[in-house]
This record gives sequence, C-alpha cells and structure tokens, in this order.
Amino acid sequence: MTSTMQVTDRAGSGAPPGAPAISVRGLTKSFGKVRALDGVDLDIAPGTVLGLLGPNGAGKTTVVRILATLLKPDAGSAEVAGLDVVADAAKLRHSIGLAGQYAAIDENLTGLENLVMVGRLYGMSRAKAKVRGRELLARFELEEAADRPAKTYSGGMRRRLDLADALVAKPPVLFLDEPTTGLDPRSRLALWETIEALVADGTTVLLTTQYLDEADRLADRIAVIDHGRVIAEGTPDELKDRVGGERLEVRLSEGADSGAAIRALTPMSDESPTAEEGLVRLFVRGRSGTIVEAVRRLDEAGIGVEDLGLRRPTLDDVFLTLTGRAVESADDDEEDKP
Amino acid sequence: MRRLITDTMVITERNLVRLTRAPDLVIAFTVQPVMFLLLFVYVFGGAIQTPGYDYKDFLLPGILVQNIAFGGFVTALGLNEDLKKGLIDRFRSLPMARPAVLAGRTLADVFTNALSVGVLLGTGLIIGFSFHASFIEIVGGFALLLVFGYAFSWVFALLGMLVTSPEAANSVGFLAVFPLTFISSAFVPVDSMPGALKWFAEINPFTIVVNAMRSLWVGAPAGNNVWGAFVWSLVILVIFAPLAVLRYRRSAGG
Repeated sequence: MTSTMQVTDRAGSGAPPGAPAISVRGLTKSFGKVRALDGVDLDIAPGTVLGLLGPNGAGKTTVVRILATLLKPDAGSAEVAGLDVVADAAKLRHSIGLAGQYAAIDENLTGLENLVMVGRLYGMSRAKAKVRGRELLARFELEEAADRPAKTYSGGMRRRLDLADALVAKPPVLFLDEPTTGLDPRSRLALWETIEALVADGTTVLLTTQYLDEADRLADRIAVIDHGRVIAEGTPDELKDRVGGERLEVRLSEGADSGAAIRALTPMSDESPTAEEGLVRLFVRGRSGTIVEAVRRLDEAGIGVEDLGLRRPTLDDVFLTLTGRAVESADDDEEDKP
Repeated sequence: MRRLITDTMVITERNLVRLTRAPDLVIAFTVQPVMFLLLFVYVFGGAIQTPGYDYKDFLLPGILVQNIAFGGFVTALGLNEDLKKGLIDRFRSLPMARPAVLAGRTLADVFTNALSVGVLLGTGLIIGFSFHASFIEIVGGFALLLVFGYAFSWVFALLGMLVTSPEAANSVGFLAVFPLTFISSAFVPVDSMPGALKWFAEINPFTIVVNAMRSLWVGAPAGNNVWGAFVWSLVILVIFAPLAVLRYRRSAGG
C-alpha cells in the first residue's frame, strides 16, 4: 500500500490516487490534408510503461509531441500527471521528460555542461544543477567523459546523455520516442535496463518503438496505432492471444516427404499446414497433448523428424495480423511527423 | 521576467561556450570582412572617387555595417542546426521562458559582433583609417553598429527557423543581404549609380546606417541619418523579433 501511495504521489500534482498518469481522449490532429491522429484514446497507469507501436507515419510521434506540449491537438483532450496538456502546459513542463529519436544534445558542450544547462533551464541554481549533473553522469556511466565535448561521444553515449537530460528534474512522466533506434545491441540492452530501473522507481513511461522485442520486453501494455487510430490495446500476452493459438513447427529430417507430413498433420488444425524448406508450420488451438499427438501422427506416417516445438505468436505476428503489414525495418528511419 | 533573464543568460553562455569549441564559424565571419576591406582598399580603392574623403575613411564604416549585418548568420545557422538536432524540441519541452532561446542566441551575437568590429577596426587603423570624431561620436558609432547588428540577428533568427537546412540559410541569407549592402553607399558614393539603383540606394536602410556611421566617425554631414539609423534598427527589431518568437513557438522540429 505504501508503495502504491508513493507511486501515485510521484505521478502527483493533484491527480486522485489510482487515476491514470496519462489520459488521452479523442485526440485528433491534422497537418494540412493529412489526418495524423483520428481520435486516439489512451490510459496509462502510474508507474507503468505503455508501448505505442505502429508503422512509420502511424501517428506515434504526433501523440508524443502533443503530450510533451510541443504541439496543440485540433480536438480531444489529454492530461498528463493530472494537468491538461494545453491549458496547463507551462506547469506540466516541470513534470515531464522527453528523449527523442535523435540525441538532442549540444555536441560542442561537454556532458556535464549539457546537464547543467538543462538543470538551470528547469530553474535550478548553477550549484544544484552541477550536483544533479554529476549524479546523472555517474548513473549513466558517463563520469569519465563528463568533461569531454559530446561530439566525441559514441552513439550509445549520446543517447544516454540525452536520456540523462530528460531526467534532470526527476520527472514522474517520461516520453521516449524510439529511444534505441540506430543503437547497437549492447547499447540497446543497457538502455533497456536503465528504463526498467526508472520504472521500478515509479516513473510512468510512454514509449514509442518500431522494435517489437523492445515493446515486448519493456511495456506493461501495448497500444497498436495505425492511420492515427488505436487499433488494439492490451498486455503483450493479450495481444498475442488475439492473433490466435499456438503454432506447431516441425523441422523434418533431411529427405523427408513434406507433402506426407502435411497430410499427416492436417487433422490437427483448422487451416492447412504450410511447408517451406523442410519446416512445416500449422496453427493449433491451444490443445494440450499437441506435441504427443503430432509425434504419434508423424511416426505412424513414417516421417523422420529432427525437431519440433510449439511457438507462441510473436508481436510480429500480432502486428502483421492487425495492420496487414510487417513492421518496417528501423533502418528505414523515416519518422512519422509532418 | 526574472525567468526570461536567467534563461536568456543560460542560453547566451551556452552559445558563447560552444563558439570557443567550434571557432571556425566566428573566424570565417571575422576574416572575411578583413579580406573585403583589404581587397576593396587596394584593388578598387584607386578607381573609386570619393570626393572629400580618403577611400579608406569612406570604406571602413561601410564594411563595418555590411559585416555587422552578416553577424546574425551565426544565429541562423545555429538555430537551424538546433532545430534539426531536436534541441529546440528539448528546449520547448522545458519550463523555460519562451523567447529565451532566441534572446540568448541574439545576445551572444552581440559579443561576437563586438569582437569582429574590433578586428576589422584594428585592421582599418593599421592600414591608415583615422577617426575625425569626438569621443562621444566614436562611442555612438559603436553603439549604432551593435544595435543595428542586434536587430539584424532577429532577421536571421527568423530565417534560420524558416529554411530547411544550414546550407539554405546560407544561400538565402547571402541572396537577401548581399545586394542590399552593395546597392547602398557602403562601397561607392550613391551618386555614381544609374537612376533606378540610385533611387533604391538612397532609400536603402543600409545607406542610412552607413551614412550615420560616416557622420559619427569621419565627420560627414549627418542630416537625419544618425536618428534615422537608430529608428531603422528599432523598426527591424520590432517587426522581426515577434515574428521570430512566433515562429519558434510553432516550430515543428526535425
């Protein structure tokens, strides 16, 4: 109970306990003739992560920009930490942190100078901003680079500094717009761990991403957005369940007859199995004993099997089913803004 | 209001610090006018008739005004870069005074402008420029240069946020300011120009500011030029500062 209280207190600013840290109703926004948002509703509970997932141009960045007070919506309303993003924008800016798709740092300043600048713009004294800056540099393992101009930093270091900038004022709500796009796997992992630690401390996070594994790992709930609308929302497990049951994958032995394998397995599925280079796939409707049955049928048909297993649908499957498209690769770095 | 002042100071400091880390831009904008001064004095100087003045005395105020107008380029390029790198988004998400990013930028320009005026004037004095002015007039000339430069920084601030790249800021800026400074009394007497150009040169604010500088520093007849020059600077400031701030509030970033 105490921990819950603490969490709601952090999300604070007069929002009643248990109220969402972020609440979005009927948000619309057009850029010229392009309708970027077409009635978006979202609720994010304090101390949780919502993953906003969608293809390029779906409206993810527009949502973040409106919630971070950078853009005014055409219609609808949004509250963050109990404050209206339009009417209370000035006050709200004390309670939010934003880390964007690019590391928004001044490359000619040192890491410490960047953090001190941001701290002072939050209204801290120079001395206080310095203390806070050192704290963050230590936390993000940038101490040794503290007095080097940021242009000498690696991509991972820049993102860490960018995230540190967003955390200077210990904001209860954090917006992360594709925070790991373009990072190498090791830096990504490190950043994920940092984000997890923040959430453990009670920070509410809205995360946009094109990486489904990122959403799967970090998000408590996921909202899939396409053409400016939320087309599905739930926990990662709920979304995967919506796609359908588990999938049986059978790796045939070399030279085994895949046609025969399909015939043997067809009675187990509502849809006909597919075979591709010795890998037979079929959807099964969550029946227990599936593997035993499959082994028995294949064995009776005399088909050699190298490996077989059940696979739950991934978020990729979810995404493909919901939007009819695969997620674009993040290398295709076209961001969804006007 | 206190927030505006502290935030402006924070941004000014940031811009001055970063200039020391990447001094190439400032050096370029300081060396270029020195080159102009030398080229004009020694290449064209002999061919240009400036009755009543030594050409060096005639030219230096003109080059100083041209140079100060270009000082705002640092603002245009810097703002455009900040916009592209997402820094403006960061600033706009902070609880800071809205005009502070631009006010800090343009204030930093005043320092760099003072520096380049110093270098240019120093070069002028070495090659033989001499004041024909009282102490008050000399100080007044410095003040005019800095005020006019400050006003022009706001023009460049707006430009920096309107164009899509630093390269575009460069071309648009040069295209707009270069002819304005040349079709004025900065380099040659206006009387030597053909009809339409002469008409334009006479109403060109640059002419008014250049003439004001000449009356302050080398004893040219002032007319209404000195007051006119300050008024023009104010008019530019009053028009472009609000436009730039408005544009900043709406800047979409990226």
